[in-house]
Amino acid sequence: MDLHVEGVRKTYGRGGAAREVLTETSVTVRSQQFVSIVGPSGCGKSTLLMMMAGLLRPSGGQVRLGDRVVDGPPMGLSVVFQDYSRSLFPWMTVRRNLAMAAAAYKLPKAELRQRVEHALVSVGLPGLADMYPWQMSGGMQQRVAIARALVVEPTVMLMDEPFAAVDAQTRADLEDLVLRVRHEYNVTVAFVTHDIDEAVYMGDRIIVMAAGPGRVLAELDVDLPRPRDQVETKRDPQFAELRSEVFRLVMRPGGAKTTVS
Amino acid sequence: MCGGCPLPSQVGDASRRLAKSVSAVWLVAVLLVGWEIYGRVNGSVFFPPLSKVLQQFATMWLSSDASQLYLSELFWDQVTTSLSRFARGWGLAVVAGIAVGVILGRSRVAARMYNPVVRFFTSIPNTVLLPIAVQIFGVTDGMNIFLIFLGSVWVIMINTADGVAGVDPMWLRSARSLRLAKATLYWRVVVPAAMPQVMAGLRVSLGIGLILMVISELYATTAGLGYQIVVAQSSFQYLSMWSAFVLIGLIGIILNAIFSVVERRLLRWQRRTGLAGL
Repeated sequence: MDLHVEGVRKTYGRGGAAREVLTETSVTVRSQQFVSIVGPSGCGKSTLLMMMAGLLRPSGGQVRLGDRVVDGPPMGLSVVFQDYSRSLFPWMTVRRNLAMAAAAYKLPKAELRQRVEHALVSVGLPGLADMYPWQMSGGMQQRVAIARALVVEPTVMLMDEPFAAVDAQTRADLEDLVLRVRHEYNVTVAFVTHDIDEAVYMGDRIIVMAAGPGRVLAELDVDLPRPRDQVETKRDPQFAELRSEVFRLVMRPGGAKTTVS
Repeated sequence: MCGGCPLPSQVGDASRRLAKSVSAVWLVAVLLVGWEIYGRVNGSVFFPPLSKVLQQFATMWLSSDASQLYLSELFWDQVTTSLSRFARGWGLAVVAGIAVGVILGRSRVAARMYNPVVRFFTSIPNTVLLPIAVQIFGVTDGMNIFLIFLGSVWVIMINTADGVAGVDPMWLRSARSLRLAKATLYWRVVVPAAMPQVMAGLRVSLGIGLILMVISELYATTAGLGYQIVVAQSSFQYLSMWSAFVLIGLIGIILNAIFSVVERRLLRWQRRTGLAGL
């Protein structure tokens, strides 16, 4: 199912105090595609993602998942938040956290159990279902958050700067993990990051945004071969070219909207 | 990742904990010895030394019957009477206080509406309600239960409302993205997230409830620990009066200890997550 963002705007406040955080924006995330959304802070990338997730109401325009208008968190769409310690529920075990995510899907007990185990295996945490999140490292907790997103076997997974709070080594591991499970679960991904390298490394397509007010500057296709590899892909001259292209766009002061393919 | 692994510093922790408990105990010991000495020197029947009080305590409350857990018949009669009133009154307050507190915490309109009511009841001394309760209920358990309930419900309600209003919006957003049903959202997310403050309210209300349990028994009743004190006092049995007083103190300590164990268990996640400041 494609995810369509059609002429969506977001303004906070009213009248004179109104502040536009996102001007009219249209984006399409094609089914099974991995789209990176990159831009400086204040460009409205997280706002855009929250509107895609149905967690924030647009001030204008609409979001559609397939042919249904998103007016609340839709079925089959999962969100991975940046701050795992505030999105996982620390008073529940890992298993209960995952079961909570599937509660709205009313799965039979055996199926739920099997999905929980499978999701934990997929994120490299087999057999840890009975631990509490606070017994785990940050990287492991974010793996649990990813497992929680996967346990409902979503068609779309939205990720909001998911690795901003972990160290570089863990970050690389988690990047590769997401690229792996994305294929395993055949899931469409929109991935918000402020890290240009990460955006290029992960994406099939990159949406570059600018601040003041938030808007889409450019959309770029990434033709780097799959599977991506932390060493090989980043050594590819095409990778270097793309990342400088994105870098120029992000750094250009108030650049006009262009489309590069 | 490993929660319970022994660390080298735990040995140091153990000796520090020992030192801590010694320092906690010595003041108690001094006070008890002081009581004994003052009682002997003073020689007043109104203020007997600790040793005599303890002797009376043993004859009044203890027995040699193992099947009664070495406690006397009087103990079982009076303590179960008092504690069952406490359990019913306080239990009702816990349920009602948390339920209404959650509603007040989630709805600004309801909170504004109820604010004057809550303020009114929290500003009158609970004991003032005693004559009113007696008028309404007469000499029945209902009177004691009503008073314990009314005295302890407000602090639970206020703390719950406060805790619920302050739940981290990220948790709520996360819960919303999971499309949780309303009931699940409240019982599995909102209430547990507010639990640190709910427990703070419960702890205060536990003390209030115990006080009101005894006070309501000083007046218009025919059984219970408070009643024992009144009876002993009016029949000049000062040793019995003091021994009932000691028992009430011990019951307070034990209930608080049980509460602490439950609290620590329920809020384990909070100390470990380092969210103690929230």
